[in-house]
Amino acid sequence: MGISGQDFIYGCSAIGAGLALIAGIGPGVGQGIAAGYGASAVGRNPGARSDITSTMLLGQAVAETTGLYGLVVAIILMFVKPFG
Amino acid sequence: MPIFLANNSLAESFMIRGIYKMPFLFLGQEVWITTTTVSTIIITIMLLAFGIFAGSKLKNAKEIPTGFQNFIEMAVEALNSMGDGILGENKNRFINYIGTIFLFILTSNLSGFMGMRAPTADYGVTFCLGIFTFAIVQFQGIKNHGIGHFTSLFQPVPVLFPINLIGEFANPLSISLRLFANLLSGVIMLGLWYGMMPIFTQLAIPSFLHAYCDLFSGCIQTYVFCMLTMVYVNDKL
Repeated sequence: MGISGQDFIYGCSAIGAGLALIAGIGPGVGQGIAAGYGASAVGRNPGARSDITSTMLLGQAVAETTGLYGLVVAIILMFVKPFG
Repeated sequence: MPIFLANNSLAESFMIRGIYKMPFLFLGQEVWITTTTVSTIIITIMLLAFGIFAGSKLKNAKEIPTGFQNFIEMAVEALNSMGDGILGENKNRFINYIGTIFLFILTSNLSGFMGMRAPTADYGVTFCLGIFTFAIVQFQGIKNHGIGHFTSLFQPVPVLFPINLIGEFANPLSISLRLFANLLSGVIMLGLWYGMMPIFTQLAIPSFLHAYCDLFSGCIQTYVFCMLTMVYVNDKL
């Protein structure tokens, strides 16, 4: 079976999209650490629960950005086909 | 086919679709009416109707609020307290803009519930919102600091000028990409579920996905966008 140059490029784009999603490791670790410290802060001071929760969610949403950049790169490689 | 970027049929369940092709070219490019345009117009009409209704209700506001007036006052108070936390006494100059984009982004993010493709899952929309933020930040910087706004790029040492410049231009990109990518991931997940799963799983199960991707993620990202806009503006005051 013959693989044309176009097929090879599509295959490499799919592998690259998979590799781009390795970027999801960092935000996962970071959000977990933030949630852990949030839980311990609520344990120490249950009265400040709503403040702690909103601060934690804001920080997590900002920390998520790098993972989303990886997602955008993967989606561009898969569906926009910039090298095809 | 410029709108159907993907040529497999599965991707068409979550991609932006072209509805009508305009009979003219703009700067050599084809102009399309897309699903984003239609849902933005629907959302604008809804917000306009809501605004007119709320305004007419508040014309004869009562001393002790009931029902709808109570809801409006609660929303405005929540917005004011959000602005108070960051902008302080400068709040009143910016809270109109913040409230406007808050309502628009929130309604756009929740429009997945109404069967529309969320307009904020189109980079053309979120990038415009980022450009607005950038324009306001730069205008305030020039207005309040004058030439110092540009010389601050050379602080603390002139060697750091390229990094400072990139940092200035990265703000609108990062806040618009954050909003876009969050909504796009939700749209893709729901599109895949509706496109791939068997028909009997589409009755109640997607409601959990909608609750996370549209409601939770959408509300958080609306809050984050408005907060970051206020933080960036507050840096230049």
